[in-house]
Amino acid sequence: MGIDAQSITMFLAETWATIYMTLISAVISYAIGIPLGVILVVTDKDGIAPNKMIHSILGVIINIFRSIPFLILLVMVLPITKILVGTTLGARAVIPPLIFASAPYIGRMVESSLKEVPGGVIEAAKSMGASNWQIIYKVLIPEARPSLYVGAAISITTILSYSAMAGFVGGNGLGAIALNYGYYRYQYDIMIVAVVILVVLVQIIQESWMGLSRKTDKRVR
Amino acid sequence: MSDNNIIISLKRMGKTFYTSAGDVVALEDINLDIREHSIQGIIGLSGAGKSTLVRCINYLEIPTSGQVIFEGRSMGDMDAKSVRESRRKMGMIFQQFNLLDQRNLLRNVTFPLEIAGADKKEAKRRAKELLKLVELDDRANSYPSQLSGGQKQRVAIARALATNPKVLLCDEATSALDPKTTGQILELLKKINKELGVTIIVITHEMAVIEAICDDVAVIDNSHIAESGPVSQIFANPRTEIGRRLILGDGAKNVDFSGDNKKIRIVFDGRKASEPIISDLVLTSKTPVNILFANTKEVEGKAVGQMIIELPENKDDADKIVNYLISKEIKYEEVR
Repeated sequence: MGIDAQSITMFLAETWATIYMTLISAVISYAIGIPLGVILVVTDKDGIAPNKMIHSILGVIINIFRSIPFLILLVMVLPITKILVGTTLGARAVIPPLIFASAPYIGRMVESSLKEVPGGVIEAAKSMGASNWQIIYKVLIPEARPSLYVGAAISITTILSYSAMAGFVGGNGLGAIALNYGYYRYQYDIMIVAVVILVVLVQIIQESWMGLSRKTDKRVR
Repeated sequence: MSDNNIIISLKRMGKTFYTSAGDVVALEDINLDIREHSIQGIIGLSGAGKSTLVRCINYLEIPTSGQVIFEGRSMGDMDAKSVRESRRKMGMIFQQFNLLDQRNLLRNVTFPLEIAGADKKEAKRRAKELLKLVELDDRANSYPSQLSGGQKQRVAIARALATNPKVLLCDEATSALDPKTTGQILELLKKINKELGVTIIVITHEMAVIEAICDDVAVIDNSHIAESGPVSQIFANPRTEIGRRLILGDGAKNVDFSGDNKKIRIVFDGRKASEPIISDLVLTSKTPVNILFANTKEVEGKAVGQMIIELPENKDDADKIVNYLISKEIKYEEVR
């Protein structure tokens, strides 16, 4: 099979499947990862509300999830996937394992971005009578915003590359095409096109988030 | 501008840091009354505990013993909300300015008002007024990274004044600035004290800062207050080794103050640098003087410094010298 009308339709559908998996997973993972990162920073020993127990328990849980290779995680959470989305096949079935893998990762990315906010600025906010909540949403997050965007470029790219592994467990998307046509059927032309589209997607993600970071950062003028 | 109402009172205050490497006593038995509308200096070498002291005043650091009384209420007896409300009555500025880099100047100044839940329009009006006070009203839409150090500190001052505080805490506020900018910031602080009646507490390791604006000074050494009182009194007669060292500089420790003759300290403030003051003094009064100690440096092309001379035993001769200094409007004081 060469590149014909049928395969173009397939590429369009699977590119969309990849974008869909990545986007939904990224949004949900960030919804979990941002609070995780905030809690890690806030409960740190020089954070605004130090709490050794919460900090270490959370740290261990995150590390456990981060140590499991994605391919293994994909299989391990299959029962949970079945409960959550009702199927273990297709793009939707890949979303739960993607979230399990990327939310802890994003938590760490957010943590490192928030830690870049100078302690003196937080101290200044405290001296003005800011509460811890106000410090989080008026100082930590807005001041770390450019760095959070850089983190998003890296995290979303990682989710995209994870999603490509979904082909192994009957998921779809560009990774599945590359695997099924290139690896199992030796149709290298199809595989190369799939990989090229992945590369283009990564470029777009990387450049747009980095550009956003540069554009909104008021420190560099 | 100062009266005798005490706005802040530190009573037997102490702060110990309990670290894994052992207990570190940062402050011990600190007793200090700060008069309303005054400029109180706190000077000490680095590591003496002065930065911890200023942080104990607004409870950024919680003292481990004693009390901080602010407007008659003990900070230690307040709940978290009341502590935050008290902090709004005490603005603070820092050596590293600590502005919010992602906010423009106007929004930096409205920040404390946002936190206090003030009306947005009113906050903006107040911020503009304060930027005008610090002469940066034309830069309201600029960002901190576009400013010089002195300008950043002026924004920080405007921000610290946004909530109309009664007290302004300055933690080494001029230490990152060059001498000329330091002078401008100190002038601004003095103006704020005079015109707005804000009580100012200045933490510094530079005696020149104390000399320039403070009414009272406390010398911190080794976690304790070594001595405190009106600046003129402490300068004229530093009773402790550390006070003498801070006021006169390191070189002064070899000066022999034991003789019976009167000794005076002459301050060169830069205005008279071109005049040969000591030669004129000797020629005019026809009296020899003994220079015990001299320390001058050039700042912005002006000679700034001090000299300690021993007056002659004969009272008439001594008076001649003093009269000469008075006629030339040269600052001096007796030291012992």
